[in-house]
Amino acid sequence: MLIPFFFLLREGGLKPSIRELLLLLESMKSGVAGNSVENFYYLARASLVKDESKFDRFDQIFAAHFRGIEDAFKTLIADVPEEWLKRQAELMLSEEERAQIEAMGGFEKLMEALQERLKEQDERHEGGNKWIGTAGTSPFGAYGYNPEGVRIGQQGSRHRRATKVWDRREYKNLDDERELGTRNIKIALRRLRKFAREGAADQLDLNDTIDKTARNAGLLDIRMVPERHNAVKVLLCLDVGGSMDDHVRVCEEMFSAARSEFKHLEYFYFHNFVYESMWKDNKRRHAERIPIGEITHKYGADYKLVFVGDATMSPYEIAYAGGSVEHWNEEPGAVWIKRILNTYPKAIWLNPEPRPRWDYTPSIKMIRELMDDRMYPLTVGGLDEGMKKLH
Amino acid sequence: MANDKFSGTSNYIATDDLMMAVNAAVTLERPILIKGEPGTGKTQLALEVASALERPIYEWHIKSTTKAQQGLYDYDAVARLRDSQLGDDKVHDIGNYIVHGKVWEAFESAIQPVLLIDEIDKADIEFPNDLLQELDRMEFFVYETKQLVRAIHRPIIIITSNNEKELPDAFLRRCFFHYIKFPDQATMSQIVDVHFPGLKKTLLKEALDSFYRLRDVPGLKKKPSTSELLDWIKLLLAEDIPPEALRADARNAIPPLYGALLKNEQDVHLFEQLVFLDRRSRPQ
Repeated sequence: MLIPFFFLLREGGLKPSIRELLLLLESMKSGVAGNSVENFYYLARASLVKDESKFDRFDQIFAAHFRGIEDAFKTLIADVPEEWLKRQAELMLSEEERAQIEAMGGFEKLMEALQERLKEQDERHEGGNKWIGTAGTSPFGAYGYNPEGVRIGQQGSRHRRATKVWDRREYKNLDDERELGTRNIKIALRRLRKFAREGAADQLDLNDTIDKTARNAGLLDIRMVPERHNAVKVLLCLDVGGSMDDHVRVCEEMFSAARSEFKHLEYFYFHNFVYESMWKDNKRRHAERIPIGEITHKYGADYKLVFVGDATMSPYEIAYAGGSVEHWNEEPGAVWIKRILNTYPKAIWLNPEPRPRWDYTPSIKMIRELMDDRMYPLTVGGLDEGMKKLH
Repeated sequence: MANDKFSGTSNYIATDDLMMAVNAAVTLERPILIKGEPGTGKTQLALEVASALERPIYEWHIKSTTKAQQGLYDYDAVARLRDSQLGDDKVHDIGNYIVHGKVWEAFESAIQPVLLIDEIDKADIEFPNDLLQELDRMEFFVYETKQLVRAIHRPIIIITSNNEKELPDAFLRRCFFHYIKFPDQATMSQIVDVHFPGLKKTLLKEALDSFYRLRDVPGLKKKPSTSELLDWIKLLLAEDIPPEALRADARNAIPPLYGALLKNEQDVHLFEQLVFLDRRSRPQ
């Protein structure tokens, strides 16, 4: 009983354990849920899902499974991001592709075609209920953009019955990928903590004192140790201005969280990309620049380097001498970033742009290559991944 | 047993899903973990469950320095040392120096009690792991006296968390889980009604309207929650502010006594700025 549903949940990226399934079965046997489907839904959710950010996914799978498999796929066609998709498409498509879509009868038509195609694919592969997490083979490919990771839900109110709780999908905005709050960032940053004792010895070391006193035939021998501190050193380089204006808030949060979390935090600003110098005071950026050489010299290789920037710019700004938008750079940015990375082996790039968009911006691709793929989105999940890499 | 289904109380409105989760936990005698925005009544829930089911309640409030052991028992070695110096006879029985914690007290209750473990996420990251056995088997071992303490009745354990730390999987798997989401306007009027019966319909409606408008202001650092709304209404009543005032203010978008709703200086500042801009953009 419920075994297929259980496995569907596991496939869908929720990881309920056997223990939790047994608990659910036990509760059903005890009759708390009565005969109501809605109660069963609540009960299943309370026993199988332990994270509110996964509620939305649970709702979708629940809806899919209990409506009957043949109906399942339809549910998942195009809800979440229709508007978003539209916007996305406008942003990402080239003129040529846009013309192609026009030729097909506009966006509406395209969406229809997409749905058709999805249905076909469902029939051919059978078991369309495996839709989650397998965004790899995209039927969008033909149209020149690949919504990898774009969730495709249902469209309009065609299948949405207002009475079903799980269809309301109220927990959508609690999904993992939400923007960060300072608190979340701090917790993610805590992954980097590494305690070490240094500085003045001002705490009593009880164990050592007892040990030494005993060895001293009972004469008190007090031993002190320094307090434990977070010994991680971080060099934070923030992109300011230009395309970063959209992301000011999240960067501010990131910055304030980092400030309170690390004792050794040095920060520098750059614009779009790093060249021969950065600055610390944004108001006097043209007057007071600090050469990269000085930075790499002053802060040793034990610092962990974190770039925060949307990495969205013209490829010239990375690859060519003189490509900078602000000044004439003698050497291309790519050379400079390589020099910096040579000094700091532990480095990541945090990007406030959502990950699905990365593939459409050539400069992001270039920087990812330069960073050896160590680029993470500026979300709780991304930060977490990044911190693991830095450790 | 007086009653064994929880369905809200005269001063606590529980949604269907919350009732389901609580009842499942009560029936199966498993712990239930409650998460939600601050101020949505997580702690209150435990008190209400206890009063609805007429059970005694044991509250264990967790701080960042709390250790799992403290909930079980403490061995007061210092007192024993002192007594030994004074030649007190008590010193020969180590049991005299075992101080019972909240969990122990709950385990010894003659009728099934409610045990509230409040804000478990405040404690050290290992804290929940240290309680696995205790929550699962409802028993623990006292090393000093070589005694096994087993719950007479498995307590109804309600655990709250503000989500400041991730809780370990092994711990989560042993609990039911419920996330108290922010109540919608209909539930909210029920809640307010329960706290302030006979509140004038118009005042309530106006108050709720301005409250939800305020929650929708983008960029607030701390959105006002249920408990702040209740405080605010209390103030409105105390000041005897007529509903018209709220409505008049709705046009200017600045509710009276908004200090009760916004707890953050930057938020108040942001809000005032928005109101100012709004007024300026409107033709007089």
